[in-house]
Amino acid sequence: MKLIGKVWKFGDNVDTDVIIPARFLTVSDKEDLAKNCFVDLSPNFVKEVRKGDIIVAGKNFGCGSSREHAPLAIKAAGIGLVVAKSFARIFYRSAFNIGLPILESDEAFDIYSEGETLTVDLETGEIRGANAGVRVSAKAIPVFMREIIQAGGLVSYIKARGSL
Amino acid sequence: MSHPMTITEKILAFHAGLKAVKPGELIKARVDLALANDITAPLAIQVFEEIGREKVFDAEKIALVADHFVPNKDIPSAQQAKVMKNFAIKHKIAHYYEMGDGGIEHVILPEKGLVGPGDLVIGADSHTCTYGALGAFSTGVGSTDLGAVMATGMAWLKVPSTIRVEYQGKLMPWVGGKDLILFTLGQIGVEGANYKSLEFCGETIRNLPMDQRFTMTNMAVEGGAKNGIVEPDDITVNYFSERSVREPLMFKSDDGAVYERVLKIPAEKIEPQVAFPHSPDNVRPVSKVGLVTLDQVFIGSCTNGRLDDLRIVAAILKGKGVAKGTRLIVLPGSQWIFKKAIQEGLVETFLDAGAVVGPPSCGPCLGGHLGILAEGEKALSTTNRNFVGRMGHPKSEVYLASPAIAAASAILGRIGSPEDV
Ligand code: SF4
Repeated sequence: MKLIGKVWKFGDNVDTDVIIPARFLTVSDKEDLAKNCFVDLSPNFVKEVRKGDIIVAGKNFGCGSSREHAPLAIKAAGIGLVVAKSFARIFYRSAFNIGLPILESDEAFDIYSEGETLTVDLETGEIRGANAGVRVSAKAIPVFMREIIQAGGLVSYIKARGSL
Repeated sequence: MSHPMTITEKILAFHAGLKAVKPGELIKARVDLALANDITAPLAIQVFEEIGREKVFDAEKIALVADHFVPNKDIPSAQQAKVMKNFAIKHKIAHYYEMGDGGIEHVILPEKGLVGPGDLVIGADSHTCTYGALGAFSTGVGSTDLGAVMATGMAWLKVPSTIRVEYQGKLMPWVGGKDLILFTLGQIGVEGANYKSLEFCGETIRNLPMDQRFTMTNMAVEGGAKNGIVEPDDITVNYFSERSVREPLMFKSDDGAVYERVLKIPAEKIEPQVAFPHSPDNVRPVSKVGLVTLDQVFIGSCTNGRLDDLRIVAAILKGKGVAKGTRLIVLPGSQWIFKKAIQEGLVETFLDAGAVVGPPSCGPCLGGHLGILAEGEKALSTTNRNFVGRMGHPKSEVYLASPAIAAASAILGRIGSPEDV
């Protein structure tokens, strides 16, 4: 699957409190959550993000609380992929469970800039920048996570198998 | 014979029905208790319903706790709480707690004897790792994972590698579990234990009372850890057997167990610690803080809202008053703690000092309600996170410290230690 989108850059340790502050957690509807995604850190994000855009971040993306509202808000805001140097544990799990594609890459953050258009092959993990010569390969996704993705998320995985 | 294992590996192997496990291995484990709260339960319930099971896997093994926005702060939060309540009634959830007999989830589950040594607990809240203080394996997940646990009673887990942290020496006055964990976070960083287990051990830990052990395992996740854990001992068993008739499962790490890293911390040299904005690993000893004047001090939360914490606060506040221009908010972690604090005269001391004492609730810890910060305001808090905007306006600042430092700072109107008051 090929994905083409514009880069939104964020730094290290982007926590779930800035992805979606707790004061907006009184609802659990995805679209409502998306309205306040990154509201404090990047007030223009929601207005300007386009479907399929790509977040490129530093290490420990999604740290902090367990709120699944964070990956849900990012996905509902239109983001098609998050590439980070590393992800916090719960965010990593939840992203797969809800079907938000994520990739880990040590280099992407240092190579690509804000607003640049990337072409990404989700299966091979190959990321190509506006300058076609610059490309990086993301880390392979563990087999069991791939099974969950192939099933279409954790819910369908359990439904299909009748158990975990 | 299986190879030597850490306590975390042993508990995971036991719940997966395996003789042995190794870091990196994927297992499917039986869950003893599944937990969600007023924020995460509504999403988990949606997932449970999508999976399409008629019944939860075991109504006795699910805990649903309304704590984040209680007493409900507005109409949307009331609606959310109602979703959880209706679900609890429909499925006859045994451990559903509202205000009145409840409190903050990570305070009341141990307090009511619902978690014991050797248990495996999965919670849709990142601070589920708190129960490791009891020698249990417990970890936080998202709502989808939790919905799946409610349906199947099982969770998939990757066996973490372990960082062993050994603390030696006697603590200085006014130093406790909060300072040990803040210091440790300063050493390893907020990502230092990502995906890993943090095992706290050594002479200092063996002498640490339960309430302070909870504070330490609570903040394991601030280092990114999957779980924090303390081997159970007499202190653990005394605590648990006062609250439960269940036999504790006393897993211990084997000699020769493999650790990814061993960190030795000379605890006798540690001063009270303060984490500066905007990260829990941005720590300094209190003597190096400089002048930080405070608009608010908050004492409470699943980190430091326990009875021992309130006792320390009262000992420092006794006969003194909160500085003019500084607000002091105290929220006991549970109804039981609140009542004890009244019986022991702690609440009277707080009120005499000029504090506001409120209901057990997460409240300001996550910037929900009951004490939100305005633009530019500075607060010292006994909680676990000080990210941008955590307790209110994105331009407010949160400093993290122990109850002792919090009490002293409330009197001083600036960050300081009990030695200064
Ligand atoms: S007290 Fe704070 S950290 Fe603890 S569960 Fe509540 S919001 Fe989370």
